[in-house]
Amino acid sequence: MNEPMVKFKDVHKSFGDVEVLKGINLDLMPAEKVAVIGPSGSGKTTIIRMLMTLEQPTSGSIIVDGENLWQMEKSGRLVTANEKHLRQVRGDIGMVFQHFNLFPHMTILQNCMTAPIHVKQENKASAKARAIEMLDKVGLGDKLDNYPSQISGGQKQRVAMARALVMRPKIMLFDEVTSALDPELVEEVLEVIRDIAHEGRMTMVLVTHEMEFARDIADRVLFLDKGVIAEQGTPSEVFGHSENERLDSFLRRFRR
Amino acid sequence: MITINALNDVFPILIQGIKITVSVLLASIVLGYLTAFVAGFCRLSKNVILRKITGFYVEVFRGTSLIVQLFWLYYAFPILFGIEVGSNFWAGVLAISLNYGAYMSEIVRGSILSVAKGQTEAATALNMSRFQRMRLVVFPQAVRMMLPEFGNYLILMLKSTSLVSLIGMTDILYYGDILRSSNLSQAPMVYLLVLIFYFILALPLIWLTRKLEGFSKKGVASQ
Ligand SMILES: Nc1ncnc2c1ncn2[C@@H]1O[C@H](COP(=O)(O)OP(=O)(O)OP(=O)(O)O)[C@@H](O)[C@H]1O
Ligand SMILES: [Mg+2]
Repeated sequence: MNEPMVKFKDVHKSFGDVEVLKGINLDLMPAEKVAVIGPSGSGKTTIIRMLMTLEQPTSGSIIVDGENLWQMEKSGRLVTANEKHLRQVRGDIGMVFQHFNLFPHMTILQNCMTAPIHVKQENKASAKARAIEMLDKVGLGDKLDNYPSQISGGQKQRVAMARALVMRPKIMLFDEVTSALDPELVEEVLEVIRDIAHEGRMTMVLVTHEMEFARDIADRVLFLDKGVIAEQGTPSEVFGHSENERLDSFLRRFRR
Repeated sequence: MITINALNDVFPILIQGIKITVSVLLASIVLGYLTAFVAGFCRLSKNVILRKITGFYVEVFRGTSLIVQLFWLYYAFPILFGIEVGSNFWAGVLAISLNYGAYMSEIVRGSILSVAKGQTEAATALNMSRFQRMRLVVFPQAVRMMLPEFGNYLILMLKSTSLVSLIGMTDILYYGDILRSSNLSQAPMVYLLVLIFYFILALPLIWLTRKLEGFSKKGVASQ
């Protein structure tokens, strides 16, 4: 049972000459909720983008459910994964973005139906039923035929979550999903994430600046600093007093 | 009344040219948009050779004048290479569609590139294939950006059809020229009517362009 869902092995990532991740080793267990915190530019987004296959690691490997994500075997040698291999392995992963990235030319309902129909070959009726069920769950059952431009930021982000959930991912990635929202809209989005987290089945990685929230729902908190995991532990360990000076001064900025 | 008589003489003759003008226009529209999409996608292809060849075509056809291209296709090609385009109709249509196809391929390419990167990323996160990302997410948004520009090119294409009178096609302008050369005093009336004819033909295109602009206003995430 206790095989990790995701395994980062000495993962490095450079953009040009700049190495932004300098050896990430990380195991995510099934159903584990991990919050990633750290200063701007420390590489939080890059970590989850590599897991979503949006960014290719410079070296190291990422194992998803026992499968090597970025490499595949070809006549006995490990080579960079092609599109087909990536598609096979990333099927269990879903992601919610800071800026929602809803499809503006589709209605809310279509946003949540398109991938199940075309990617998972679900029939239209069951895809629709499931999309409606998920949209109900995030409180948007009455907006099915609206376009993304007609709803608020908080509502958009909830649609984005429904859109990811209809694919039944085993792993969900959240990249600062509330930081583009007006303050009064943050809570409705966090509420939905809390619901999903409490259902418990999914492995979740949350990059966030909401420290209260991270303390609430995370099993483990990672503090990323200068491209490495500088500190990790349970929320009370990380948010309690720490010997790590950089973590301390980082956290102090969130307390008033 | 001289003008009324002139109108009676001129109008029925000019109207004969409309058929040619419209059929050249319609064929050029179909072939021109086809060229635009094919060339636009080729320029985004991963294949370097395909990209280079298409790029060369686009620059040549944008960088030289349509009349010269028309004359090349109709007069020079058959002599130099033994390639017969077939008729002056196809020479005209080919010149117009290759020329405008080159311009519009840049619109196709630019529109596809300007769909926000986050759209492709969201589609990837839903595990869509490269082709699905293009077909379901990027292309439908890119088309909305292309439409208003495409509408403008419709009107430009209509105007450029008058060049086919130079290779002996009997379009509106051709009949206008015939009338003028047989009776110079009618020239003002003749060319006034030619103008009006072109404008009337352009009206539905202008209307269509407006429609397309309205349609394209919703449903695009550009970066
Ligand atoms: N595509 C890219 N090209 C070049 N540099 C990049 C690219 N993406 C990220 N970087 C750089 O990598 C570093 C880490 O970026 P990343 O977005 O992962 O940081 P982050 O921890 O998510 O920061 P923030 O809290 O501001 O979102 C930054 O210095 C950023 O400028
Ligand atoms: Mg970030």
